[in-house]
Amino acid sequence: MSVENLSKRFGPRLAFSDVSFEVGHGEVFGFLGPNGAGKTTTVRTLGTLIAPTSGSAIVAGYALVPENGVEIRGRISIMPEAPGLYLRLSVAENLQCFAELYEVADPKDRIERALRAVKLTERADDACGRLSKGLRQRVALARALLSDPQVLFLDEPTSGLDPAAARDVHDLIGGLRQRGVTIFLTTHRLEEAERLCDRVAILNTTMRTIGRPDELRDELFAKTLTVRTAAALADPDRVFADVSALDSWRTDGAATYVLTVSDVAQAAPAVTRALVAAGADVLSIAESRHSLEDVYLDLVDHEDTEAGIQ
Amino acid sequence: MTLSRRRVRAVFRKELREYRHNGNIVYAMAILPLVFLIQPLISVFTLPAAASGSLRHEHSLLYMLAIPVLVPAALAAYSVVGERLQGTLEPLLATPIRSEELLLGKALAAFVPSVVVAYGVFALFIAVVELFAHAGVASALIRGPDLLAQLVFTPLLATWSIWVGIAVSARSADPRTAGQLSILVSLPTVAVTSLIAFNVIPPTLGVALAFGAGLLVLIRLGGRFASALFDRERLITSTK
Repeated sequence: MSVENLSKRFGPRLAFSDVSFEVGHGEVFGFLGPNGAGKTTTVRTLGTLIAPTSGSAIVAGYALVPENGVEIRGRISIMPEAPGLYLRLSVAENLQCFAELYEVADPKDRIERALRAVKLTERADDACGRLSKGLRQRVALARALLSDPQVLFLDEPTSGLDPAAARDVHDLIGGLRQRGVTIFLTTHRLEEAERLCDRVAILNTTMRTIGRPDELRDELFAKTLTVRTAAALADPDRVFADVSALDSWRTDGAATYVLTVSDVAQAAPAVTRALVAAGADVLSIAESRHSLEDVYLDLVDHEDTEAGIQ
Repeated sequence: MTLSRRRVRAVFRKELREYRHNGNIVYAMAILPLVFLIQPLISVFTLPAAASGSLRHEHSLLYMLAIPVLVPAALAAYSVVGERLQGTLEPLLATPIRSEELLLGKALAAFVPSVVVAYGVFALFIAVVELFAHAGVASALIRGPDLLAQLVFTPLLATWSIWVGIAVSARSADPRTAGQLSILVSLPTVAVTSLIAFNVIPPTLGVALAFGAGLLVLIRLGGRFASALFDRERLITSTK
């Protein structure tokens, strides 16, 4: 999937603008952003449900133009945030309808496989209206799997699910990745994106950043070591003066030192040796790890602050 | 552009299954025909045999042509707005289905039960009249040309009414409003059939042909109109 300068406007309201990225075959691509950032509209645009205002894209090998709508939709699957099931119909009847709409060969077998994948075989004859939210979400996922899509768009797939149900969905996504399905995942759950996605993009109407979660962390945050000693060092300047790979240091309380380093692997043993040589009683030396959430909040908060100043 | 029969059939089957489980739809399909069945039956049974002479100047059977207008209008009015309300429209439109396939499947699903109900009620009326009404009243009521008109115009009126219902449904946000509006838009057709039934418009062959031709034109235009109003993007995003 390749997206170039894609924009969508609803009258005077800009949904998203100038969005560009590429997603490789079999990649799990996370699409993050605050509410109203344009994530769902991007998914709908790439799924040919709405037309872009400008820009271009290739989805599942087809140019994103109205004439290719049927071909593209036949090769992708979209699982919207709300399951959108026919609640009066049974699980099997829901899936049967969609298997026919996708014109899959041997629909019965495909339905059985999809139900097995989401562990719902036993509930096939239950009306969807009688299922819990988590089970409905699983039915929606089974529906998305029916056509063996090349690209699977999952819009907040674990929204409103309890941790156990969310874990099941995560396991399923992991299984799909192993089968080489390209997954486009929009989510608010940053730990979910960090755990599942090969790369993530952060959108807030315009694309803020894109990359592997660890790359983004490294780009945005300096690597730091936090050193705690039993008592404050008499002359920390002298202790840290000759430590290799150390850029700077600061105190964070009476006997805690935060060291900004260029290479943790090189700096950590050197710091330990320097502290021991200085006769300090070392309580701990730990690398401060920034999460994807820190990256996200840094970007989004920064943007909010800028918007506030303007 | 070639339409996929399989996808049309999938929508058709799904719609019929939904009707079966939807009490409101079953109620709408039952109550309207009953209204149009009971009132004429009471009239027929209260008529003395001597009234058969005056009956020969009316075409009471045609009054029942209101059934294939009103029943499908109520069914079709729910077709698109019902999907929106349930949140099922987006997953449905995310499949490879074309708008025309979706509308055709929905139109067929409204057409089949409506025509079955209309013919069924009509057959029941004739059977009851033949069995229990005075012989003179029965022969005055049941006449060949009226029967033929009923058979021919029932599917035509149903089709026209369905396109009206779908067009209204595609632009409505509330099923009740859609139902009322589509019945309202269909009422002029009922008015015409009623005027013919009560001999205000004389039911000649020419009138029948003109009415039939007019309906065919309306059906063609109605289908295009409904298709044009079915704007995927607007339906998904609810922007106007």
